Amino acid sequence: MSELSNRNWRGGFFRWLDKRTGLDSLLREALDEPIPGGARFAYVFGSALLFIFISQVITGVFLALYYVPSADHAHTTVAYISKAVSAGGFLRSIHAYGSSAMVILLLLHVTQTFLYGSYKGRRELLWLSGCVLFALVLCMAFTGYLLPWDQKAYFATAVGTNIAGEIPLIGAWLKSLMRGGADMGTLTLSRFFVAHILVVPAAIFAVVALHVYLFRKAGAAGPISENPISPTAPTEPFYPHQVMVDAAFALLIIIVLALLAHFAPFDLGPKANPADTHYLPRPEWYYIPIFQWLKYWPGSLSFVGVVIIPGLVAFFFASLPFLDRRMERRPWKRPIAVGSYTFIFLALFGLGWMSYRSDHGDPGYAAQLIAQQKDTDEFMRKPFEAEIEQPVVAATPETPANPLIAQGAQIYQEQACNGCHGDAGTGSAAGPKLTGIHDRMSADQLAALLKSPSAKMTAGGMAPLNLPPDAMKSLVAYLESL
Amino acid sequence: MSPPELKRVAVAEPTRRSYLGWLLGLCTAGAGVALSVPLIRFLLYPLRARTTEVKWSDAGAVSDFASLTGPVQRSITVEQVDGWRKTVSDKIVYITKSSSGELEVLSAVCPHLGCSVQWRDSKHGFECPCHAASFRPDGSITGGPAPRAMDTLQTQIQNGRLMVRYQYFRQLVATKEVFG
Repeated sequence: MSELSNRNWRGGFFRWLDKRTGLDSLLREALDEPIPGGARFAYVFGSALLFIFISQVITGVFLALYYVPSADHAHTTVAYISKAVSAGGFLRSIHAYGSSAMVILLLLHVTQTFLYGSYKGRRELLWLSGCVLFALVLCMAFTGYLLPWDQKAYFATAVGTNIAGEIPLIGAWLKSLMRGGADMGTLTLSRFFVAHILVVPAAIFAVVALHVYLFRKAGAAGPISENPISPTAPTEPFYPHQVMVDAAFALLIIIVLALLAHFAPFDLGPKANPADTHYLPRPEWYYIPIFQWLKYWPGSLSFVGVVIIPGLVAFFFASLPFLDRRMERRPWKRPIAVGSYTFIFLALFGLGWMSYRSDHGDPGYAAQLIAQQKDTDEFMRKPFEAEIEQPVVAATPETPANPLIAQGAQIYQEQACNGCHGDAGTGSAAGPKLTGIHDRMSADQLAALLKSPSAKMTAGGMAPLNLPPDAMKSLVAYLESL
Repeated sequence: MSPPELKRVAVAEPTRRSYLGWLLGLCTAGAGVALSVPLIRFLLYPLRARTTEVKWSDAGAVSDFASLTGPVQRSITVEQVDGWRKTVSDKIVYITKSSSGELEVLSAVCPHLGCSVQWRDSKHGFECPCHAASFRPDGSITGGPAPRAMDTLQTQIQNGRLMVRYQYFRQLVATKEVFG
């Protein structure tokens, strides 16, 4: 108490909090991270990725307030978000463009790490955890793309899951596992949704923690002239200079995203129609090079192109710190590594360009792509149309074949049992459902209970039923038939 | 790892740094506030947009009820907007005349505990089959446990049709209160 009644109670409070939590030393540990050679703009991409990931988490949580992951409702709910809900189109656009921003920042982060040779010097696990994060981000992009359940989403995912089907031995099984069956359907959507909002984000949180821990363990590598294990350049703490540079960059990203979302909202096409044979599926831009690459590997060779070559590239990429053991960091002294990296990048750009050329060079394709965009624009212009839910029970209930039951059904109506227990015993807020009551009690028990309800039933508003024996028999027969 | 360097940077430009820091802090706070506006609007949308609003339902041509001698039962189709969906359900109402002779529509939901009130020709009155609350043809109470008269529904006449706005009211209270 003497601490709290201090003249400076605020200082007292913080001292108390720090004693209990160790917050101060934790904060110091985080902010005083030494950066050899001082803060630089080149180091912003890691924190920018973390920033955009948090933005995706926040917007994603909000979008989930209205989204329903079912083939029946997904498209309607996304249309509702985009067209009806206040700021819905804006938030969805921030989330959708945010996924592209994340891929771009990821490429920039990897490129910076690569060119600076920052993976060298006892940083193998740091690099590997980064590779895992790379894969997880691509998983997020792939699973999120299906969720709106429009034409684009449906067909791109149909192609994507077919590619997984090309993997030898386990391909067919893996494809069924991803789809939740042989075909794309509502189970596919549920699976992608669970992966997108639960499994993959949880993995990302865990691996980000590992990645940051390993980074702090190894220390910042500093400029390319430094020895990555023990840099000798004078250091500057992370706070304030690098924090400011990082914050300024984060601000820039969010401004760009907000402007894009405001002036060019992300669109939603018409609802997925699996019967549409004219639709030309095209993935999001970052998958276009792979999409084009697959065109060159027909039939029996396809698994070489689809699995073996990308697998080898991924393997060499991940094992980079194991293969390249020299401490040399200057890019111009590392022709093989930098050359291969540049080659792969140029190849991806080239594939993207060829995909664009083949789509726009063929008049048939070009016309179809324009028609698809026109359908999308038209759908976006139409006001939101609510889904019409037909009543569960038809207005005129069917007359049961058994005359006893038919008579019972009539008594059920006359006695206004439906007032509380719902039409055909489906239940309501005022009374429990009666369907399946035959499993819970015999006809005699039921008749006895109707004549003299239990205390609990009376408290709920159930009145004793005094019917002639015949009428009671029919009513019980009807109730047992539900 | 050299403290002297660290100190030099910190001392050399304290005013510029603190100014920049303040500016950036201000920008970040501003961006944070600006970004929370769409989030809050998004979150509160169902509270502001009356998504549960009930539309008017057609109860029949006004001329059908011109020579009404007693209440008639009508089943109306109620379309309710529930977020991104519309639900369509059938509800029972009674068309009757008020004590002043005007056309009025009564909800069949008993104000006591919500059973469906029935018209008994033999008694020339309404009776609830659950707890025997009874009402006159205009809906006023004659006996039983009901706390108030049968609930009248909002009506309007459009192109010679009697339109009804179906609503639920709280049970077991003496005054009519819209529920839900």
